[in-house]
Amino acid sequence: MSDHTVAAYDNELKELAGSIAEMGGIAERLLVDSVTALVRIDTSLAQTVIVGDIRLDGVQRRVETDVVNIIARRQPMGQDLRELVAALRVSSDLERIGDMAKNIAKRVVAIDGHYHPKRLALGVEHIAELALEQLKAVIDAYTDKDVDTAISVRARDNEIDAMYTSLFRELLTYMMEDPRNITFCTHLLFCAKNIERIGDHVTNIAENVHFLVTGEQPADDRPKHDESSLTPVDFGART
Amino acid sequence: MDAMVKEQTIRSVPSEGFRPSKVVAKDVDVYYGDKHAIKSLSIDIPERSVTAFIGPSGCGKSTFLRCLNRMNDTIASARVTGRIAIEGQDIYDTSLDVVQLRARVGMVFQKPNPFPKSIFENVAYGPRIHGLATSKADLEAIVIASLKKAGLYEEVKDRLGDSGTGLSGGQQQRLCIARAIAVSPEVILMDEPCSALDPIATAKIEELIDELRENYTIVIVTHSMQQAARVSQKTAFFHLGILVEEGPTDLIFTNPKERRTQDYITGRFG
Amino acid sequence: MTDAVATSTRAVDFSSEAARRHVRQRYRAEARFRLYGIGAILFAATALVVLVGDIVIKSIPAFTISELTLEVEASAEAINPDGSTDPAVIARGDFVKPIREALLARFPGAADNRRQRQQLYGLLSSDAAVALRREIVADPALIGQKLTVPVLISDDADLFYKGYVTGTETDPGRGIASPSATTGDITILSSANDFSDELVAVKRALAAEARALRGERDRLRELAVGNTADLAAMTERLAATAAGAADRATLEGQVAKLTSDRDSLASTIAGYSARITDLEARYDSAGAVETLGADQPSLLVEINGGVVKATEVGNDRISGTVLIPLRSADAAAPGTWNALLLDRPEAARKVSDQEVAWLESLENEGLVSTGFNWLFFTNGDSREAELAGILGALVGTAYTMLVTLVICLPVGVAAAIYLEEFAPKNRWTEMIEVNINNLAAVPSIVFGLLGLAVFLNFFGLPRSSPLVGGLVLALLVLPTIIIAARAALKAVPPSIREGALGVGASQQQAVFHHVLPLAMPGVLTGTIIGMAHALGETAPLLLIGMIAFIVDVPHGVTEAATVLPVQIFLWSDLPEIGFQAKTSAAIIVLLCFLFLMNGLAITLRKRFERRW
Repeated sequence: MSDHTVAAYDNELKELAGSIAEMGGIAERLLVDSVTALVRIDTSLAQTVIVGDIRLDGVQRRVETDVVNIIARRQPMGQDLRELVAALRVSSDLERIGDMAKNIAKRVVAIDGHYHPKRLALGVEHIAELALEQLKAVIDAYTDKDVDTAISVRARDNEIDAMYTSLFRELLTYMMEDPRNITFCTHLLFCAKNIERIGDHVTNIAENVHFLVTGEQPADDRPKHDESSLTPVDFGART
Repeated sequence: MDAMVKEQTIRSVPSEGFRPSKVVAKDVDVYYGDKHAIKSLSIDIPERSVTAFIGPSGCGKSTFLRCLNRMNDTIASARVTGRIAIEGQDIYDTSLDVVQLRARVGMVFQKPNPFPKSIFENVAYGPRIHGLATSKADLEAIVIASLKKAGLYEEVKDRLGDSGTGLSGGQQQRLCIARAIAVSPEVILMDEPCSALDPIATAKIEELIDELRENYTIVIVTHSMQQAARVSQKTAFFHLGILVEEGPTDLIFTNPKERRTQDYITGRFG
Repeated sequence: MTDAVATSTRAVDFSSEAARRHVRQRYRAEARFRLYGIGAILFAATALVVLVGDIVIKSIPAFTISELTLEVEASAEAINPDGSTDPAVIARGDFVKPIREALLARFPGAADNRRQRQQLYGLLSSDAAVALRREIVADPALIGQKLTVPVLISDDADLFYKGYVTGTETDPGRGIASPSATTGDITILSSANDFSDELVAVKRALAAEARALRGERDRLRELAVGNTADLAAMTERLAATAAGAADRATLEGQVAKLTSDRDSLASTIAGYSARITDLEARYDSAGAVETLGADQPSLLVEINGGVVKATEVGNDRISGTVLIPLRSADAAAPGTWNALLLDRPEAARKVSDQEVAWLESLENEGLVSTGFNWLFFTNGDSREAELAGILGALVGTAYTMLVTLVICLPVGVAAAIYLEEFAPKNRWTEMIEVNINNLAAVPSIVFGLLGLAVFLNFFGLPRSSPLVGGLVLALLVLPTIIIAARAALKAVPPSIREGALGVGASQQQAVFHHVLPLAMPGVLTGTIIGMAHALGETAPLLLIGMIAFIVDVPHGVTEAATVLPVQIFLWSDLPEIGFQAKTSAAIIVLLCFLFLMNGLAITLRKRFERRW
């Protein structure tokens, strides 16, 4: 694609892409740190995550302002218009991802001092790894405008959902096993939920990449395999 | 589904949501002496809608517009081949009276050009020479109705005898539109009607176009893509005498199929 | 995209010496140019003022005319000898006779001498009786009564009253004048040296004559010297040639001729010398009485109701012939008698001293009135200078212009419209355009020839009529109008045309309803230029016969007529001074006609002017 006749327009778009990339980097960092803090119950790391999220919010506000300005000034059409709309949505999703990571970090602070056997958190660590992979992949897809990667990321979200469903059952089992686990496992449940939602936001980003490149939403419904809501809970097993 | 969309021929978008065609052009070529200005152009203009022609300077959009009411006949070196039909009737047929054609297909020009006569006379001239009014009262009624339809009546009703050239630019253009409407045309051609006007006048004209399209087929040539996007239902992009792409306006401006169209609308030309 | 902005821009130093010098040069150049412009305008204006002023000054005499008011007895025997009551018969009566009788009654001294009577009657215009006839014909009952009527005088008399025949200087007498008799040759003695001025004037004239003669004589003397030398040489050659030689006869002939030349020169010189001596003697003699001949200024003495022409003048006396008998031979007190000096000698003017005496007498009795010369505007042409008027030429010009306008304006505009709007652009139309431009430059006399050959000979239209004149001028003016109209049509912006076409007007409707009205100012300008050109054209009209002497005012376009320029041309050829003045007056009328036409066209143009 050749350059815009007006060079400043290109510069603005480049700057915007840089901001999104920045946000992506921060979000990745926050996810990694929050899960590490959860596994180690490291409250100081959790604090950095909370502070990092504030910075992420700041960048997102800047992105919003920039997008509005570019729309007002340049009256973008076609590809440019889609790029800006996508940037707006992606920054919002990344900001939500940051919020999820912050929530996890806050729970670390809450857990601190309570009974928290490490082996219980392994499942969460696992799902977080997958989520992180997805996040990295989708950010690269956005930067490279790679529709195929975006589509495969979107398809892979069902893995996270499946993993969440089984983790849900696992944590229930732990809780039913030993009442001392209940506090920790409840927090872990919430954290797992947060990570699953991070996966959904990643899927959003993937769909935006598709829209940005092709101009259309992906045709088929997004795969949804979270059957946790269908999981029966058997309370009668406790004796 | 995506593949299906991509495989469709770019040229003719099926009339998804377009009204039936009023003007059909097929394989039209226009020569100015040796210069081949329009190359093998085919397009349908749907009725009672606004069709916009966009493209860079010298791409042939005004030339083609002027073919639709045979104004190119006034240029000695112009030669038009192909078929342009309005409701099935070839307008270049030798048996067709060009003067009557121009009453059916009205034109509004880039620079407002009211006659140096009174406002009333400006609007009354067309109906008078075509014999559309049977009496003086009839003529007055036509004039007032046209001025009202053009949204000018309220502003000039007390001074219909004043000279048409004494109005502001926007008013003059609306007067020209009233003048075109007065002969009850079926098609109105507009060649960059707002390019000489300020934003407020432009907005008034765009509003007027919106109202007019309920009753008239409108074809508008414009340099402003935003105007084309605002005002038209169908857009055609011209480049170097060729129709590059045509289709529903919102598609053309959010997701054009042709690279050249994309480059033009995003300002990547040149 | 643009890479030129980065290069360093050298700032222009406007305060440097070089820059200041440039500015000064520029100012000087501009001032020079302004001066040239003003100079050109002044030159043109001065030329215009001088030319027009000259014409105006020359024309003034034509605008006034003098009339006598006489008491005339409208005797029946002259006017209506048969006693008829038929107005037609009465109108044919002799109205001049009563006027002549009235005049003669005033100056009975002329009654006996036939030649003098003729001179007296010569003071009257040939149309002197027009007012009398008009009154009598209107009311035949006046026949037999005494009427006071205005009487036209001849052009020479009229010119005398305007001062163009001779300058007159009236000196009231200072002393007491005593005439010796009342008629015949008399002497008038004055108690003072009343006539010394006249004497001095006479002597001055003598001196001038002597000077002129002296100059002539000197010239002849030089010729004589040359002649002597030639004669000597020729005689030598003759002597040197042997007798019987072929050229001897020629030489002898030449010698003889030179000899006779020498003799005639000598005698002429002698004659001049004698006259010079005579003149100088008369000039030198003081106090003596000088003879006043026809070559010297005339001196008239008005005394006791009569006039005496001096033939001899001294310081205090004159002797001369009585032109108008005195009432009495009594002495006249100072201030009651005048000495009248006419500085142009009688031989050099058409009005004799006798006639001057009569005219002066009439004027002194208050019978002469000078008024605006309405006859100039109400009469047609005439052989008599005092009666000639321009009405015929004016009407002829008006008719001719009318015919020209009626033909060339529609045809020219229609041709321009066709060529500009409808004609296909091919070789033929280009050729036509070139030829039209050429026609505009064709000498006008060619059109006259064309008119003669085609209109007069082939079609047999009436000669010298405004119809033919108008046709010829229309052809002359047509190219100008076509060119101007085409330019005006081209100047209408195409947006107007397109607007009209866009609304569904046909090409013809667009042109006639929209383009032509906007082009009207330009078309009218072209018409003004063309008509002004035609107004002053003389040559082509001469060829179609308008040089004839037309007296009657034409009543239609097919009657013979003349036009103002031709009239001016005809009058300028005539020698009478009255006609000279009338020529200038007619030129002024022509210019006024032109201004009027231009003014009308400019008004029309302003009315049609529309802003687009």
